[in-house]
Amino acid sequence: MTVHEKTDVLIIGSGFGGAIAAYHLAAGGARVVVLERGPWLAANEFDQDFRVGSSSTRIFDFTVGDGMSVLAGNCVGGGSVVYFATMPRAPRYTFERHGSIGRRIWPAAISRDSLEPWYDRVTESLPVTEQRWQDVPFAGGLWAAACDRAGHTCNAVPSAVDVSLCTNCNWMMSGCTFDAKRSLLLNYLPGALAYGAEIRPLHEVQHIARLESGDFEIAYHVLDEVDYRQVNETGSIEAKIVVVAAGTAATPVILRRSEPYLGSLPDAVGKYFSGNGERLNTAVLDEGRVRDLLGLDRGNGVAFEAAQIGRGPVAACWDWLDGSLPEYERFSLEQLYFPPGLGTVLAQAPGPDGPVWFGREKKEMLRRWKSWLTIFTMSEDDNEGVFGAPPPTGNAVRISQQMFGVGALRYRPTENTLRGWVKSDAAVRDILERDGLGQVLPWTNEVIGAYTVHPLASCRIGDDPATSALDDRHELRGQPGIFVTDGSAVPGALTVNPALTISALAERAIPGIVAAARARGVEVRYGAPVPTPAATSARPASSALRSS
Amino acid sequence: MEPGLDPDSIMTLEAFADTIVPGNKRFPEDRAIAGESSDDGAVAAGALDLLQSPAGGVAQWLPALAQGLNAYAQGMFGGNADDSVPPFVALSYEQRVALVNHLTTQDTPERQGWVNLAVFSNMAFDSAAHLHTAEALAAGHPGLQILGFAPPDSDGRWRFPHASYGRQLSQSHPATTPAGNPS
Repeated sequence: MTVHEKTDVLIIGSGFGGAIAAYHLAAGGARVVVLERGPWLAANEFDQDFRVGSSSTRIFDFTVGDGMSVLAGNCVGGGSVVYFATMPRAPRYTFERHGSIGRRIWPAAISRDSLEPWYDRVTESLPVTEQRWQDVPFAGGLWAAACDRAGHTCNAVPSAVDVSLCTNCNWMMSGCTFDAKRSLLLNYLPGALAYGAEIRPLHEVQHIARLESGDFEIAYHVLDEVDYRQVNETGSIEAKIVVVAAGTAATPVILRRSEPYLGSLPDAVGKYFSGNGERLNTAVLDEGRVRDLLGLDRGNGVAFEAAQIGRGPVAACWDWLDGSLPEYERFSLEQLYFPPGLGTVLAQAPGPDGPVWFGREKKEMLRRWKSWLTIFTMSEDDNEGVFGAPPPTGNAVRISQQMFGVGALRYRPTENTLRGWVKSDAAVRDILERDGLGQVLPWTNEVIGAYTVHPLASCRIGDDPATSALDDRHELRGQPGIFVTDGSAVPGALTVNPALTISALAERAIPGIVAAARARGVEVRYGAPVPTPAATSARPASSALRSS
Repeated sequence: MEPGLDPDSIMTLEAFADTIVPGNKRFPEDRAIAGESSDDGAVAAGALDLLQSPAGGVAQWLPALAQGLNAYAQGMFGGNADDSVPPFVALSYEQRVALVNHLTTQDTPERQGWVNLAVFSNMAFDSAAHLHTAEALAAGHPGLQILGFAPPDSDGRWRFPHASYGRQLSQSHPATTPAGNPS
């Protein structure tokens, strides 16, 4: 069956970039339709289960590229449903970076100072709160104690987790069944629904075409709810404004596939991808030394053995977030939890001829999994990722029914990126191997290349048309009426978790999108207050609302 | 589960999975398992079940992957002195490791197939991805048991009420803003 209809604003994707746009545009009076390629799950549908086919594979995509694999959300709420809700603001120096282009990569209009009011809005809405040390789970406490002993500081990182509801189950990558994690299902999306926005799950946009009228026609597939490789229906919808927020690994793919229907696109669409300089090291800790050197005890005679307990990353060393250090040598070191499977396969054990990621020695390392501590580096890479030709549909050739696919991203880390990783590896080793506290090795990059959970910059804002796809209002250059508000718009690595910055940029882009919509005859105003938890708590974006 | 894997292919893929997470021999004449470990590995954990599940999406390629493994084994380590088992199975553990290293790091389009095989073997052991986690734990799944993955509460949900050392264990960065952000 083919469906065809019209709306004012069509939003592709329901993560931070899409949900924020949907809320404000609907609140302002526009007819808004959100097409989301993933399913729509409510809290009671988030499984605590590793089984293929449970929520952990339904709502999560692992897209393997050539030299870079991307982990991203794939559901209504996007990244906010699968993320760890760690929400620091980006350090001031990141906005001054020059990266690989010899000039400031951020638009002149944006700095930390100018972004603060937009950060404030998102912080109020989700909300993001300071964490108290007495609530920091064991792994974060251990990281803090190890940093302290090595002469470093360590912070409890601002978070969008309601600690009073959190059970420290560490299943947050499968969606939070306790609604402790303040995902977009609890604020912007129910706010958008309350103002009449429509959200359609399992609708995967294939391309955007410009009509003679100047409006757009957006073509989509409706995917099977179990086997995402199967197309059950196709359709299209006309809109006056398109907001592309399909995620950094999908937005440039949709745009490039649309080029025959839109005309020429800026060169930077699908270039300058950044993996946020991400890298992982895993330490296997000596429990006796954790007790003796750090003085830690869980109260039951056990020093740590708590890899499974917690809520993702809660503590980070920010000593290298220092604007006086050279570019590419600044990074944060954040304690992290990754569940078994994705979180164990690439970790390395010392082998007879060097580190090994499988085999006899790795199995012995797995026996000590409870004593693992994984440290997450977010550094400054060189925006060296480039997307190749789009796959036939979606943003990847799906291998499995859900989750696993192969995309067209190619990434070869430059010497600058590698230097940052070498320095951060050394810093982690210095902290965690001191006096035999543990044994540290980085995850292998030889199997699937590098990896990121925070893909950025594949369709970025900037002042230089040659190296940025979007102007400083997030409009696609040469394509009036198309805006991009997801992580792909962020110009480069942030050295911290990017979700709050992506959200702040989306908030900042809204007045311009509203103005563009008005210019195209849409009756919409800007100025709704951000959705607060109190205002939306009675209407969570759950299954009960799907038919309303 | 899709039918169609012949005994040689099964034995070859078991030998591959056993190279990723080694286990103990299931019976004295077990050739697929190299016997490098004293307890269960990826095969006992259910690697073949996960590889053959329709949801995984790799089942259709398994016969070709098994064939490829045996061809590489022959090419890399010469003729098969022991033709009672497929060439990859006839390799020593060290030879299997060398071959898997080669296949998963070579810069060729087919690498993805070998990486998938390795990742699925690993996931069967580390996360029992072919089983419901709570049920796998209750049934004593070897991988989850070796990792020490804690079981859920009686309602099938995980909770750790005591989760913190409960005190400040380091100083915050001196330039931290009042709201707890980097400056």
